[in-house]
Amino acid sequence: MRVPLEWLHEYCAPPLSTRELADRLAMTGTEVERVERHGVGGLERFVVGRVLEAAPHPNADRLTVCRVDVGEDDPAQIVCGAPNVRGGQTVAVARPGAIMPDGTKLRAAKLRGLESQGMILAEDELAIGTEHDGIMVLADDGSAAAAEDLAPGAPLADVLPLATDVLVLEITPNRPDCLAIYGVAREAHAATGAPLAPPPWKDDPGTPGPVQEASVEVESPDLCPRFTARVFENVRIAPSPPWLKARLMAAGQRPISNVVDITNYVMLLTGQPLHAFDLDRVAGQRLVVRRARPGEPVETLDGQTRILDEEMLVIEDAEGPTSIAGVMGGARSEVAADTARVLMEAANWNGPNIQRTSLALGLRSEASSRFEKGIQPEQTMDAQAVATRLMIDLTGATLSPGTIDVGGTGPAPLTIRLRDARVNSVLGIAIPRERSAEILRALEFGVADAGDGLDITVPYFRRGDVTREADLVEEIARIAGVDKLPATLPSRHGAAGRLTTRQRLRRRAADALAAQGVHELVGWSFVAPDLADRLRLAPNDDRRQAVELENPMSGDQSELRTMLLGSLLDAVKYNHARGASTVRLFEAGPVYLTSGEPLPREPQHLGALLTGAVRPATWRDPDPRTADFFAAKGALTALLQTLRVSYEVEPATEPFLHPGRSAAALIDGERIGWLGEIHPLVTAAWDVDEIVAGFELDLDAVADAAVTAGVPMYHDVTSFPEVREDLAVIVPDETPAAEILAVVRRAAGPLLADAEVFDVYRDVERIGAGKLSLALRLTFRGRDRTLTDEEVAERRSKVAQALEAEVGGTIRGA
Amino acid sequence: MIERLAELKQEAEAAIEAATSTTGLEETRIRYLGRKAELPNMLRRVAELPPEERGPTGKAANQARQALETKIELRAGELAAKELDARLIHDRVDVTLPGDPLPAVGRLHLLTATRREIEDVFVGLGFDVAEGPEVELVYYNFDSLNHDITHPARGRTDTFYVQDDVVLRTHTSPVQVRAMELQPPPIYIIVPGRVYRRDSDLTHTPQFHQIEGLAVDTDITLADLKGTLLAFARAIFGAEREVRLRPHFFPFTEPSVEVDVSCFNCVDGITADGERCPICRGTAWLEILGAGMVDPNVFGYVREHGYDPEKVSGFAFGMGIERIAMLRHGVPDLRLFYDNDIRFLEQFG
Repeated sequence: MRVPLEWLHEYCAPPLSTRELADRLAMTGTEVERVERHGVGGLERFVVGRVLEAAPHPNADRLTVCRVDVGEDDPAQIVCGAPNVRGGQTVAVARPGAIMPDGTKLRAAKLRGLESQGMILAEDELAIGTEHDGIMVLADDGSAAAAEDLAPGAPLADVLPLATDVLVLEITPNRPDCLAIYGVAREAHAATGAPLAPPPWKDDPGTPGPVQEASVEVESPDLCPRFTARVFENVRIAPSPPWLKARLMAAGQRPISNVVDITNYVMLLTGQPLHAFDLDRVAGQRLVVRRARPGEPVETLDGQTRILDEEMLVIEDAEGPTSIAGVMGGARSEVAADTARVLMEAANWNGPNIQRTSLALGLRSEASSRFEKGIQPEQTMDAQAVATRLMIDLTGATLSPGTIDVGGTGPAPLTIRLRDARVNSVLGIAIPRERSAEILRALEFGVADAGDGLDITVPYFRRGDVTREADLVEEIARIAGVDKLPATLPSRHGAAGRLTTRQRLRRRAADALAAQGVHELVGWSFVAPDLADRLRLAPNDDRRQAVELENPMSGDQSELRTMLLGSLLDAVKYNHARGASTVRLFEAGPVYLTSGEPLPREPQHLGALLTGAVRPATWRDPDPRTADFFAAKGALTALLQTLRVSYEVEPATEPFLHPGRSAAALIDGERIGWLGEIHPLVTAAWDVDEIVAGFELDLDAVADAAVTAGVPMYHDVTSFPEVREDLAVIVPDETPAAEILAVVRRAAGPLLADAEVFDVYRDVERIGAGKLSLALRLTFRGRDRTLTDEEVAERRSKVAQALEAEVGGTIRGA
Repeated sequence: MIERLAELKQEAEAAIEAATSTTGLEETRIRYLGRKAELPNMLRRVAELPPEERGPTGKAANQARQALETKIELRAGELAAKELDARLIHDRVDVTLPGDPLPAVGRLHLLTATRREIEDVFVGLGFDVAEGPEVELVYYNFDSLNHDITHPARGRTDTFYVQDDVVLRTHTSPVQVRAMELQPPPIYIIVPGRVYRRDSDLTHTPQFHQIEGLAVDTDITLADLKGTLLAFARAIFGAEREVRLRPHFFPFTEPSVEVDVSCFNCVDGITADGERCPICRGTAWLEILGAGMVDPNVFGYVREHGYDPEKVSGFAFGMGIERIAMLRHGVPDLRLFYDNDIRFLEQFG
C-alpha cells in the first residue's frame, strides 16, 4: 500500500518528520517497508512562467525559442520542443539546478546553437501525469495573471503537487481497513494523537430512493451481500485535473480519464473498489448478478475468454455477461471517450468466493485482492458518497435522483467487555482504564464504562478482525506501546527443562562421527523420482514407496527421501567436482516412509560416506590408505561404541553396494542398517570413480538399544589382575573371523573377558594354500579371584581344541 | 710389588685417558678394577705379605685404586656428555618439514551447531525440546492455528501438498497443539525442525529450519515473552543486547509482535569505521523472530486437555535458524547451507 504523505496530510498531518512518522507507525503495528520520494527535487528551481514570445528556432524545424517571464528582471530564453507552446500561456518551468524525478540535475544547455535557461514542462516530466505530447498549460490567456499564485516566478509547488514522500506500507491480512488512505489516517491519528479530519464521505451529495434510469437484480445474495449503484448524466470524459493525477501517480496508479481515475481514486481513499459502466452500453439498462452456468464463457477486459463454473458470479445485462463479479469487468460496457451516462457500481462480494474464483481462473486484480481480504458492506456507500462528489465536480455530471441499494448494511455492531484485569494479566503491566478508553476512542470504537472495565462497540470497518476481548487487548498493547514493557521471566511452577535421553544420544552420535574427522551436512528432504533407479533399487523395494508432493517446485524435487544416501552422494559429487579428493561426510536427519496411515513414519537416520585418503598424506606417510569397507566399519564401530551399543555385522547385499563388500548391521539380531562400499555403477552415476564406502543406520533403533542398555553398572576390574594370552590359529580361508571368535568365546567360558583379532595373514609357503592365519588376543579375568596359570592354560587348551574341532583350525606353535 | 702397582696405575691411567666411549671406559674399568683384575687381586693378597710390607703395600694399592676410580668417574662424565651431544646432533630433524597431523577434525553443520546453542539456552531457561512430524495434517498446520480459510498461506502456490488434508509443515507451530494435546499445563517447550515453503530465491529456500517456542502457565504475560527473548538474544548475540517488540499480525497469536534485537555490529546504525552498518542497514535493529500471546482460539482446540483460556495464558515464538546463523556468522547467501561444500562446512561447528 503506497501512501503519499501529501494525500495523507489532507486527513491527518502529524507534526513529525517522515522518518519519525514511519517509525511511529511501525511501532504501533503498521509495517513500513520503505519510504520513497516521489516527484522532483530542488523545489525552489520550479516556478510559474509566462511565455512572452515564442518564435521558431532558426536552426531546427521542431523547436521554438521562447522568452519566458520567470519573475526575474530579465526574461529567460528557453528552447522548447512542444508543438503546443504559444505566447501568452502560463506554464510550468524548471530552471537550471532543478532535480528531475529520475534524479538528473537540469543544466543550462545550448540547443542547436541557442542557449536554453531551463525547460518548459510536460506533466510526465514532473511525474504527475502521463501526458507527453505537449507542455502543461496552467492558464491560456492573460486573465490568469490576476491569480496571485499564477504570477510569473511564483513557486510551482504551490500550484502543482510536485513532490511528496510516500510511505510504502505492508498491511497485515487482519487490517484490510488500512488498505485505504483514510484508514491509514485513522492509524496515524491513534498512533500520534494528531487530529483526524472528518471522513470524506461525511456529506453525501446523493439521495436514497429508487432510480428511474436503471435497475439491478441480485439472484445470489449469499455471494453478494450488497450492491449499490448511482446514475450520472451529462458526463464529459476528459483528463483529470493535475492534483488528482499527481496523487494517483504517487500512489502507483496510472491516470486514464476522469471517470476511471475517480473509481481508482475513491478505491485508494476508501478501500472500496468501484466499477463505472457506460449506461448506454448496458443492454436494457438492467444488471443481474447471478451464478455462472457451468462452462459459461465470458470475455474480460484483457480480451481473453474465461470459462466459468457455477460457484462464480457474473454480472449480466440483456445481452449476457458483462463482467466477472468482483474480479474483472467486461469490454462491452466499459467507459469510453464518448460516454455520456455512467452507472457507478460499488458492491460487496463474498471474500472467500472471490478468492476461489480468482485462483481458479488465475485472474487477479486490485479489486479481487481487496475483496479477498475482506470489505464491509457499509463501505459501498462511503465510496458512493465520495465518487458522487467527484463526478459532479470533475466531469460536470448531474446525478440522477436515488440510489440502487440491494442488500444492506452488515450485522449490528458487536459490544465486547474489556476487563481491566485481563489487559493487565496479558500484558504484564497495569494500563489505567482511562488510557484504554482513550486509545479505543482514537480508533473510533464506541466506549462505555462498565463495572470491571469497559464495554466496547466495534466500528463496522473493524468488524472482520475485532470480535473478542483478546482483539481489544491487542489494540491497547500496540498503541500503548509493547516496546515499553518490562522484561520479566515466567514465574514457572515446577517445570524443569532438559534434553531427553534420546536427544542426548543423537547429539553424541553426531559428535562421535565429527570427532573422527567426518563433517556433517544438511541435505534436502526432496529427491528426484529417478533416485531409486540410480540407486538400482529393485521394482518391489519398499524404499521406492516415497511420499509424493502434489505441487513440487520442480520435477527433480517431487518426492521425499526414504534414505539419506542420495543427499550424501550428491554432496560427495559436489565436492569432488570442486577438487576435494578426500570427502568424509555424514548426515543425521529424518527420512519419510509411507505407512498406510495419513502421515508417513519419519524415523531419524544417520548416514556417512567416506572417500579418498583416511588421513592426509604427509612426508612420513606420503601414501595413506584409501577409505574402504574397513574404514567405514571402523567409523561405525567407534560410533556405536561411543553409544555403548553392541552390534554385529553379517554379509548382506544391497543393490547399491559392492556385492563382495557389503554387510548388514544388526542389534540383537534386528537389522538396523547397511555398511559397505558403494557399487561402482552407482558411484559412476554420480560421476565419482573412486571407492566410496559408508553406512546408513536407523538412528532411532540405535537410540532404543542404548536406552534399553540403561545405566552402566560398575564392574570390578582392579581387584584381580587380568591375564592375556596370544594365540595364532591357521584356518581354511574364508572362515569368517566372527565365527572363529564365537567358537573362542563359547569354549573359553565366562572367564574370558575379551577376545579380538589383531593380525591376519596369508602365506602359501609358510602356512599353505587356501589357509589363513589369525592372531587372537584373549583376555581372562576372574570376578572373585586371581586366576592361576593352570586355570588359564586349561581354558587356552579348550579353545585350541574347539578351534580344531569346529573350524578345522590348527594352533601355530602348539 | 710396589713397583708393579705403579706400573699398573700408569698403564690404567693411560687406558682411561684413551677410552673414547662410555662403553670402552667400562671395559677399561673392568680390566683394571673388576673382580678378576690384577689390582684388586693384589689388595686381596696383601694379607699374605710379610707383616712389615703389609702396611705400605696395602696403602699404596688402596691409593692407586681410589685414584683410578676417581679418574674413571671424571672420564665417564666427560664421555657421557660428549655422547649425549653426539646423539642429539644425530637425532636432529629438519624442523621445516611439515608436521604429521593427527586425524582431521570433523565439524557439525552450522545449522546443527546453531540449533544446539539455541536449544541449550532455552533448556537453561527451563524449556524441554519437543518434536513433531514434518508431513503434517492441515488441521495442525493451519486449522487449529486459527488460519482463516482464505489465508493465503493455505494456497498451493505457498504450501506443498501431499493430499488435500496433508501438507509439508510450513512452520514448527503445529507442534504447539500436538504438544498441548499430550501434556496439560504448565508447558514450556521449544521445537526445532525442518519446515517447507514454496519459495526459492536469494533469501528463500523451499526447505529451512525453525525453532518454535511455547510457554503456557497460569500467569504468562507479554512481559514474560520479552524477558525470555531478551535472555535468548543476550546469550546468542552478546550480553549488551536489547530487544524491541513491534506489533504485528499472526493468526495464532494475539497480540502478535515481531521481535528485533539491537544490532551487534554498530552503534545506532553506524559502525566503528563511521560507515552505515551493513548488517542492520543502518537501522540499529535486526528482526529475528515473530511471537505473541497464544490466541484464545488456539486454546479452544485443546480446552479438554486443560487449556481453558480463562485460566491459562501463554506465549509462543518462532525463529528461523538460518537467519540467526547468517546474522551471527556473516553468511551472505542462504543457499550455502545446502550446498554442503566442505570448505564451507569446515569453517563452523
